Amino acid sequence: MSRLKILALLPLAAALSGCNYVVLAPAGDIAAQQRDLVIISTVLMLLIVVPVMALTVLFAWRYRQSNTEARYEPDWDHSTKLELVIWSAPLLIIVCLGALTWMGTHLLDPYRTLGRIHAERAVDQSKAPLEVDVVALDWKWLFIYPDYGIATVNELAAPVDRPITFRITASSVMNSFYIPALAGQIYAMPGMETKLHAVVNHAGTYKGFSANYSGAGFSGMHFNFQGLDDKGFDAWIASAKSAGGSLGRAEYLQLEKPSQNEPVRRYGTIDSDLYRLILNMCVETGKMCQSEMMAIDAKGGAGHQGVNNTLPLAYDKYARRGTALGLEPSFVAGTCTPDAPQGAATTASIKAPTDTAPLLGAGLKRPSFTPLKSSSFFLGQRPKSDS
Amino acid sequence: MSPDLLKLIFGRLGFESLPLHEPIVVGTFAVVALGGAALLGALTYFRLWGYLWREWFTTVDHKRIGIMYMILGIVMLLRGFADALMMRGQQMLAFGGSEGYLNAHHYDQVFTAHGVIMIFFVAMPLVTGLMNYVVPLQIGARDVSFPFLNNFSFWMTVGGAVLVMASLFIGEFARTGWLAYPPLSNIGYSPDVGVDYYIWALQVAGVGTTLSGINLVCTIVKLRAPGMTMMRMPVFTWTSLCTNVLIVASFPVLTVVLALLSLDRYVGTNFFTNDFGGSPMMYVNLIWIWGHPEVYILVLPAFGIFSEVTSTFSGKRLFGYTSMVYATVVITILSYLVWLHHFFTMGSGASVNSFFGITTMIISIPTGAKMFNWLFTMYRGRIRYELPMMWTIAFMLTFVIGGMTGVLLAVPPADFVLHNSLFLIAHFHNVIIGGVVFGAFAGISYWFPKAFGFKLDPFWGKLSFWFWVTGFYLAFMPLYVLGLMGVTRRLRVFDDPSLQIWFVIAAIGAGLVLLGIICMLVQFAVSFLKREQLKDVTGDPWDARTLEWATSSPPPDYNFAFTPVVHDNDAWWDMKKRGYQRPLNGFKPIHMPSSTGTGIILAGLATAMGFGLIWYIWWLAAASFIAMFAVGIGHTFNYHRDFDIPAEDVIRTEDARTKLLAGAK
Repeated sequence: MSRLKILALLPLAAALSGCNYVVLAPAGDIAAQQRDLVIISTVLMLLIVVPVMALTVLFAWRYRQSNTEARYEPDWDHSTKLELVIWSAPLLIIVCLGALTWMGTHLLDPYRTLGRIHAERAVDQSKAPLEVDVVALDWKWLFIYPDYGIATVNELAAPVDRPITFRITASSVMNSFYIPALAGQIYAMPGMETKLHAVVNHAGTYKGFSANYSGAGFSGMHFNFQGLDDKGFDAWIASAKSAGGSLGRAEYLQLEKPSQNEPVRRYGTIDSDLYRLILNMCVETGKMCQSEMMAIDAKGGAGHQGVNNTLPLAYDKYARRGTALGLEPSFVAGTCTPDAPQGAATTASIKAPTDTAPLLGAGLKRPSFTPLKSSSFFLGQRPKSDS
Repeated sequence: MSPDLLKLIFGRLGFESLPLHEPIVVGTFAVVALGGAALLGALTYFRLWGYLWREWFTTVDHKRIGIMYMILGIVMLLRGFADALMMRGQQMLAFGGSEGYLNAHHYDQVFTAHGVIMIFFVAMPLVTGLMNYVVPLQIGARDVSFPFLNNFSFWMTVGGAVLVMASLFIGEFARTGWLAYPPLSNIGYSPDVGVDYYIWALQVAGVGTTLSGINLVCTIVKLRAPGMTMMRMPVFTWTSLCTNVLIVASFPVLTVVLALLSLDRYVGTNFFTNDFGGSPMMYVNLIWIWGHPEVYILVLPAFGIFSEVTSTFSGKRLFGYTSMVYATVVITILSYLVWLHHFFTMGSGASVNSFFGITTMIISIPTGAKMFNWLFTMYRGRIRYELPMMWTIAFMLTFVIGGMTGVLLAVPPADFVLHNSLFLIAHFHNVIIGGVVFGAFAGISYWFPKAFGFKLDPFWGKLSFWFWVTGFYLAFMPLYVLGLMGVTRRLRVFDDPSLQIWFVIAAIGAGLVLLGIICMLVQFAVSFLKREQLKDVTGDPWDARTLEWATSSPPPDYNFAFTPVVHDNDAWWDMKKRGYQRPLNGFKPIHMPSSTGTGIILAGLATAMGFGLIWYIWWLAAASFIAMFAVGIGHTFNYHRDFDIPAEDVIRTEDARTKLLAGAK
């Protein structure tokens, strides 16, 4: 019996255990507005849900078989008036909710720059927002502060009441960047950029994590987000600067290798181009940046000559993609010369892309070449037509 | 033997593929192997193989196929639920530095398998089984349009289930979540067999589902009894029609998206990779273009069941039949316009998000109308609280909560804070358990006497009901709370010790559901033992309203000796009211389809082909593919496709029923 009592007390114990309903009591204005929307929508729907539940219980009880006093009309199956009510009641609720949704979705669009810091204060336009570039790695978070030239792993800080602009991407698989106390989440996707605008109103330390399963180390992929006053933030930046360490392309390639439960790390200096390279998946030398590829495609593509040279376009870095039936990854390993008309003998050992000499990549000098006339470039030499 | 030869014969399958290092899996295997051996031994000892082969495995009778679907669903429920218990156990324990008892490799498979099994191999077979059993009876038909195809569809579904089960003991299952989003599911990040098991299990089963959808659409459109116009079809038949239209229109999308993923994995294309301009976002869109209609595929038949049950046990015509039908059709159409609400957080613009948010909300209007229709069916009725009605009331109270949280999640800014959280988990379990599972149980207890000729034992049924309902609330209400605390899904270990209490409550809830499942199994056993006491000789134990109750329980092979003529949408009720007399003479031979083993053989070959492709055993894949063609072509030379039940047999069966009915009076 005593065990049963303990069981009965469980919910109470749970309710009292000092829970932190962070979604309902956030520290940032965006999350607070989202919370308001959650509550308003719920109340709106309760307007119809509560009567339905009450009527269910009432009818279920009143029209039970043993209650012979209740009216019984076995053939009553239609009432135009009732039908109008039962279709229009939910319709009205949805009209209200739909209007709310349209406005809320536009006002709280994560891409939209902030118009206010909190309910009473507009944004101070003289101060630039804090820019943070976020990269979801396997399985940790990299935060780059381009304005301050520092970067951190698994630690994020921002000054209270200063708008923050996040640019978010990922290195390999999809994650979701989420700090419940600050603002709603948004996906972090490789080769793509999402944005989030938010502001924190109360100093404190809050949890941030990935909200989209991304593999074995997913559970440990969380970080602390600190809301600091201006002085505290400056001190934080200064401490990061003095932490030494520098994050360049080589260090990043080490960092992005899968690892779990990473401790906080700070880098005092960074390669200022790093975020762009990560976003375009060309941190590794020898990769063609997506932006370059897109530029080539926009001009009509490189023709069939480029078809075999696929290595600079294979972006998955540490886990070279292979297939069961497909061809081996192909790339130009040598050029034919009069001495070796079939090209230099290629050895089977050439497959690791990590250390292959640069073929064509961002920031590398292009080999000098004289452009051919476009028709011959794409189609080879052709005899001139008579016309 | 040389490694090359071994590779040729076994592909990438080797001793190291057996999960001998996982004690939990080894233990499970031991139990399954012992149980399986005992079952096979018993079948052999009682000489049941021939009976099973002739009467069940090769049958084309929609009733027996329906029952086999239900058995498949219930067996797979045990597996899927075991996964659920393991998850609840892990999340309950893994606090304060504890790693729990499952490592990431195992835990990630568990939650993936749980989702896949529960949707594809529990909910789908239960729903398809009920439709298969009931629809032809409800429309006064003798079988489905394509009886052989029906058998084949069933065995393909079994083939998929076999592959999923095989992954438990040979190799591993996917570690990607139940929809296997790339790039995680692509070969770069999931190089092992897990995702291949996922792909081929769903492809094999998907063929079955699509074909069964085509079959039932044809059946409902073409085989209705004379007089049964579209607007006189029972509501369950209507919802089945809409569901099967959805199946036919949406499952090909799943097939194609999985085919593209397998091309990525097998031949190095780049549809969904990060390379060469591949777009994982495309996969997410496509899979949800299938995935959202899938939700309605599951829940619409459940709505149909609740409509039948409410009307029968309230002793009243269904309120607002026409609006019920239109609501169903509207839901069917709208279910294609909402898929993006599964990923508002992908960063589509505000206008796109609001469009899909609002279309999602609009679905709640016809759904709400349905809810009111059930309410007003109860209004001024005489409600008998038999089991099916209890499940219906539990559904009505539970589903509105799930519906409400669903509409809440359809508001994009709200979704930004609740997406992928345990709130979302609580929401969809709330609608799937509260809607689909309760519906399937209502359907099982409602139609069980029709299928077997005796009712289910009410005591164990009620016990099971209360365990399930309280267990459900205990298991999932804490998840709503946790979601509001910002706890996300699929986590294996937790830092914050204050969360633990909620997971403990959820685990207790799961324990109660386990008791509910056990009681249900006991209920089947007890009912079988007490079958003489629970016997129904009338064929109409609930004083019901639709045609399936016009024939005997269980129905004869031919369902109806004479095809009934329909004058009202509650056809059987109408017949009873007008003093219908069962015809006692004038029986004629009845033309019926013959059994065939082709379905099970083809499905077995398809499963072998899947296995070969999963393990890169190319000779096996190629051989089974060729064999499938050969068997398929061979089947076209099968001229023993139909036979006539002689008039004498019909007379004997019908006379036996006449005697039973006389005895009942």
